[in-house]
Amino acid sequence: MTQVSGEVQTPSSPGSGRGPTPIERLVRPVTGSAAAGYRALRLGARTMEIDLRLAGMVVFLIFIWLGFGYASNGLFLTPRNFYDVSVQSVSVAIMATGMVLIIVSRNIDLSVGSIMGLTGYMAAMTQRVWLTENLHLAYGGFEIWIIAVLVAVVVGAIIGAIHGGLVAYVGIPAFIVTLGGLLAWRGLIFKLQQGQTIAPMDKNFSILGGGLPQGAIGFWPTWIVGIVLCIGIVYALITSRRKRRSYGFPIRPQWALISLIVGGCATVLGAMFVYNNYPLPPLLTQQFAADHHISADGLVIPVGLAAPVLLLLGIGLVMGFLTTRRPFGRYVFAIGGNPDAATLAGINTKRTILGTFVLMGILCGLAGAIQTARLDAGVTSTGTSYELLVIAAAVIGGTSFAGGIGTIQGAIIGAVIMQSLKSGMVTVGLDSPLQDVAIGSFLVFAVGLDTVAQRRAK
Amino acid sequence: MSISPNSETVAASAVTDTPLVELRDICVSFGGVHAVQDVTVNLRPGEVVGLVGGNGAGKTTLIRTLSGAHPADSGQILINGRPVTILNPRGAKALGVETIYQNLALAENVDAAANFFLGRELKSRLGSLDDAAMESATRRVIGRLNPNFHNFKVPVMSLSGGQRQSIAIGRAIHFDARILIMDEPTAALGPAETAQVREVIKQLKSEGIGIFLISHDIHDVFDLADRISVMLHGKLVGTVNKADVTTDEVLAMIIMGKMPGEVTQRELAELHG
Repeated sequence: MTQVSGEVQTPSSPGSGRGPTPIERLVRPVTGSAAAGYRALRLGARTMEIDLRLAGMVVFLIFIWLGFGYASNGLFLTPRNFYDVSVQSVSVAIMATGMVLIIVSRNIDLSVGSIMGLTGYMAAMTQRVWLTENLHLAYGGFEIWIIAVLVAVVVGAIIGAIHGGLVAYVGIPAFIVTLGGLLAWRGLIFKLQQGQTIAPMDKNFSILGGGLPQGAIGFWPTWIVGIVLCIGIVYALITSRRKRRSYGFPIRPQWALISLIVGGCATVLGAMFVYNNYPLPPLLTQQFAADHHISADGLVIPVGLAAPVLLLLGIGLVMGFLTTRRPFGRYVFAIGGNPDAATLAGINTKRTILGTFVLMGILCGLAGAIQTARLDAGVTSTGTSYELLVIAAAVIGGTSFAGGIGTIQGAIIGAVIMQSLKSGMVTVGLDSPLQDVAIGSFLVFAVGLDTVAQRRAK
Repeated sequence: MSISPNSETVAASAVTDTPLVELRDICVSFGGVHAVQDVTVNLRPGEVVGLVGGNGAGKTTLIRTLSGAHPADSGQILINGRPVTILNPRGAKALGVETIYQNLALAENVDAAANFFLGRELKSRLGSLDDAAMESATRRVIGRLNPNFHNFKVPVMSLSGGQRQSIAIGRAIHFDARILIMDEPTAALGPAETAQVREVIKQLKSEGIGIFLISHDIHDVFDLADRISVMLHGKLVGTVNKADVTTDEVLAMIIMGKMPGEVTQRELAELHG
């Protein structure tokens, strides 16, 4: 995925003078020889042109997994648990990619949970009420799920445009606009269909939720996705290297290139291997056997990659592209770094800010549709307090509240770290209030360490 | 035959007499305060006009109407004799007006090339940013201005004042500027870097670019400018040819608002306390 793409375009490039990540701080040795090892690590990261902050987060994530794996006697480290954690991370991760751009440009969006709730509910209404009851379309038809998702996305975009317009063109602070949105859009859900629970969802629509058996893409498609991603990694690294060489710029040494390719592909294929080692649970296997008139004895059906995770991968790539490879993303960062400079450079800052909110709304719509599909029901409480999880994911993922700093891949990893902590604590039997205490403390701790590290780096 | 030298003189003076830029009767006020009041200045191709005055004299405000940062309340801007409307920085750039701001106006969190091309990024055929091409152009231009500049992949915040200045100047001259506004270009620089900026100004002048030079440093202005326009309390005191005046006379304009003919020897002597 994008975290291994070596061409670092974001401000968090290596050697940027920013200090070590919290994780590095934690492991930063005090003794002389260990300090030398630490310096070697930094130098190595610079030579390989990898983002040390991001690498630190990945190491921390693996550390969490191993820790909970040990504490749960391996229960946490099963393919089944990885499947569940990844599916549960998707909604927050998708919205966090948009929140990065919002926070980078020195704004905030408190309404994402409510937008997600409203759009998810409207996706449910589209398929259960408007299309089928009012327009008499056949239930289970191919077009139904597409229209439902489109409704969620378009409504999200419109709400985002309203927020963005008020922030950018009227000049109301984003905190106020989206605080209003937090209340208003949630309230509006109850005015639709009297706030009843709408269930169940269309069969095709529920694929988006990742529930079994329909929500995973199966054995061979999983490998194909893995191989396509590997080809993408190799292609991206080699073309950028060729281009830099043609301009006579310094390039990373060959060993660094090869380790990046091997490391990246191994990570991708390893993940696909884990997904393909999750067999369909016995009850569902028997049902499958009965449906296909075969014997269930010894039948093992690998589940494969979850559909919503595949969607998240796609969104991550698109958002990463928008952020680092398009002028729009560059403008967002420039505005976050110095709004006056951005204006004086001739950037249409208002339109750019509007764009970040529209994008945020679209992502909320997608997250709403996925969450509704996962619950297999449209309920009024979908996305409640998700704004806090989304902001936390973005911030844990290295987004700075001062603006101008953040990455898409960091936000996605931030969301996975949070979900891993949550699931891990459930697995080891920590009770719910203590989970909140732990996650809340972790958030402050992570950001606090980062702040201290950055101050020292200056 | 006898007409020929005459007509040549006429033609030559016609070229130099059509101002590249003319700011006519510009007024800008903030609330009830008249920051700039009925100021008229002009600039010819290949000419450096020094714009001097004390703090709050209105130099920067006047020039911001030309760079598009803050539109004038009234007055007219002519470029090559044609009236233009400049609503924003983008519009100014489209007319060939580039500005080097006193605070440099750089985004601290992105690298040199990103700042260099901010708002006019180079794109590949597929519409994505062509970072390699942008870095290449940035290295070429800045390498010429400042051979010691090597940190092209780090955020601007970790660069020195001189290096930042190189980015700001390089960015202004790379895009075929015809009119350059430099607001205190040497205020934050050391002696070596200041000398470098002076060289750049002389070279740009020889290429026919018109430059408005705003500076506190009267010696800078005397070294570089052809004409000097002095402002005081938002009004133009006057514009003089550098060759016709002494630094003391310009100081008298800045401090007392008196033109060289109006000022007495005694007042001039008092300037030095």
